[in-house]
Amino acid sequence: MNDKELLKVENISKSFGGVQAVVNVSFILKKGGILGIIGPNGSGKTTIANLITGFVRPNRGKVIFKGRVITGAPPHKIANLGLARTFQVMRPYHSLSAYKNLIVPLNSPRVRQTRGGKLGDNDAVAIDILEEIGFERDARVPYKIAGSLPLGYLKRLELGRCFALNPEVIICDEIFSGLSMSEITSMIPLLEKIQMDGVTLIMIEHRLRELFRLTDTVIAMNFGQKIAEGSPEEVIEKEEVKEAYLGSSRSK
Amino acid sequence: MSTDRRKKRLDRKLKAQSDGLYALSSWTAMGYLMFPRALLIFGLLLLPLFLDMYWQRVLCSAGVYALLALSFDFLAEYVGLVCLGGALFIGVGGYISGTLNMYLGWPPLFCIATATVTGAIISTLILLPSLRLRGIYFAIISFMFPMFAVYIIIALNVLGGTEGVSGLETLQNIWVEQYLILGIVLVSLFAIRRLVNEDTGLILRAIKDNDQAVKASGISITAYKIKALLIASLIGCFAGAYMSHLYGWLGISLFSMDFSILPIAAAVMGGMGSLTGPALGAFILTPLSETLRGFGQLRVVLYSLILIAFIIYKPEGIMNYIGRKYHQFEHWEKF
Repeated sequence: MNDKELLKVENISKSFGGVQAVVNVSFILKKGGILGIIGPNGSGKTTIANLITGFVRPNRGKVIFKGRVITGAPPHKIANLGLARTFQVMRPYHSLSAYKNLIVPLNSPRVRQTRGGKLGDNDAVAIDILEEIGFERDARVPYKIAGSLPLGYLKRLELGRCFALNPEVIICDEIFSGLSMSEITSMIPLLEKIQMDGVTLIMIEHRLRELFRLTDTVIAMNFGQKIAEGSPEEVIEKEEVKEAYLGSSRSK
Repeated sequence: MSTDRRKKRLDRKLKAQSDGLYALSSWTAMGYLMFPRALLIFGLLLLPLFLDMYWQRVLCSAGVYALLALSFDFLAEYVGLVCLGGALFIGVGGYISGTLNMYLGWPPLFCIATATVTGAIISTLILLPSLRLRGIYFAIISFMFPMFAVYIIIALNVLGGTEGVSGLETLQNIWVEQYLILGIVLVSLFAIRRLVNEDTGLILRAIKDNDQAVKASGISITAYKIKALLIASLIGCFAGAYMSHLYGWLGISLFSMDFSILPIAAAVMGGMGSLTGPALGAFILTPLSETLRGFGQLRVVLYSLILIAFIIYKPEGIMNYIGRKYHQFEHWEKF
């Protein structure tokens, strides 16, 4: 095994009833990069995230993380190996204040191991992480109830919850969706910073322009199948990708 | 017109001044925080001195319901498990404690302690397979187990069968009985209030809000749900074990539906989620249902009317209402 390849997905397939959500998809995630997954609605992008993180079990195929087969393991075990994810639908713990949301990942076995047990104040660590992740502009925001925060902060909170897990890979499921242009432009340096810290990112996105500023490799999907892989410029030039986004032209 | 004005609520100055570490800054701030707690503690502890023999007994059984209401509120509002299995806890705790006392002759206090721990483990194991369910589905399943137990006891004719076992040893005297249950009510109340703000409690509340995200944060939700269930059933099983020695009798009525339903009524009346409220609600509802005994069958009707009135006019419950009045002032604002 090449030590540059962190995550390997081999011929993974999943069908829900008669719907083939993901068909025979394979790819390799290299350490330190940002991998983009694009495709129209319903093309199986989120299902891939669910398959990797154990929320959905595949019908066929394998997921190998750092040389270890993780298919079929429960989600919390996979998260403890260092594979964090965000959710497409924002899922804060709405009755807790924002920084208390981070207490949950800070109590996971993984963080307890890496941080050496119960040393240190979890609350202070949580506030620090939130400030790193973009809550620094208003010192009161971390203390507000998560249910009352606007969408921009919720997206950051979601990212912060992943970041608190001290992960090796973060799978961002449509982290730009619903954000304004200015919010996105402030989010991009943040993602770049996370990458600099040595975290490998998988970004599932609809916003191609912003995604292509970040990624070096892109996978395009349609109807559950991988239709293209390569650099952003290569991928958007492919006939299949254009067809998937714009529809096929009957007239030749 | 009601449309051009609205009620505006603001925190009292004292509340802000006694927030967090600032509580230590002045005696007023400390008094402000300590007064309600002291009122509750001393109120409950002094109450038996003003009651006659009959009402002292009522107070004891009110304590049992208060513990059940507390464990129901904890599970429902802080873990998201709506557990209608109060009767299961009472029955399991009561039967274990009674049997130990009857057949092995252990002293009551020792029986109660043993039954609390073993009963909690057994109840948790019974409810374990249904932990995957949520909301109403868990409620239905947990409601079913007490009935199971009743029919098993009747069908196999074990542990006294339909008639039950009488002549269990009771505690020394009414004062020990009262202060044991009041002490446990206060201790478990403050313990749970503390727990829900500790890290473990925060994780439980996170599970209630969104269990998928807790899984994604690398925490096994089943392990935490088991812990929560164990805590709740410890409280419930203590109440059951105590109950069997309070009446010196055990029988299938320990599994009766009252123990599952009345705590919910108490929780609604007292204020769901406030923990103190449900316990107080039980201390109001139990004597109330004793007072209404004179009305015979009409008792249930009156009782239900009171509950309906609460649900319609004060759905937040007594404790949340009082808390709001204590911490905030409100005035009508034109706009």
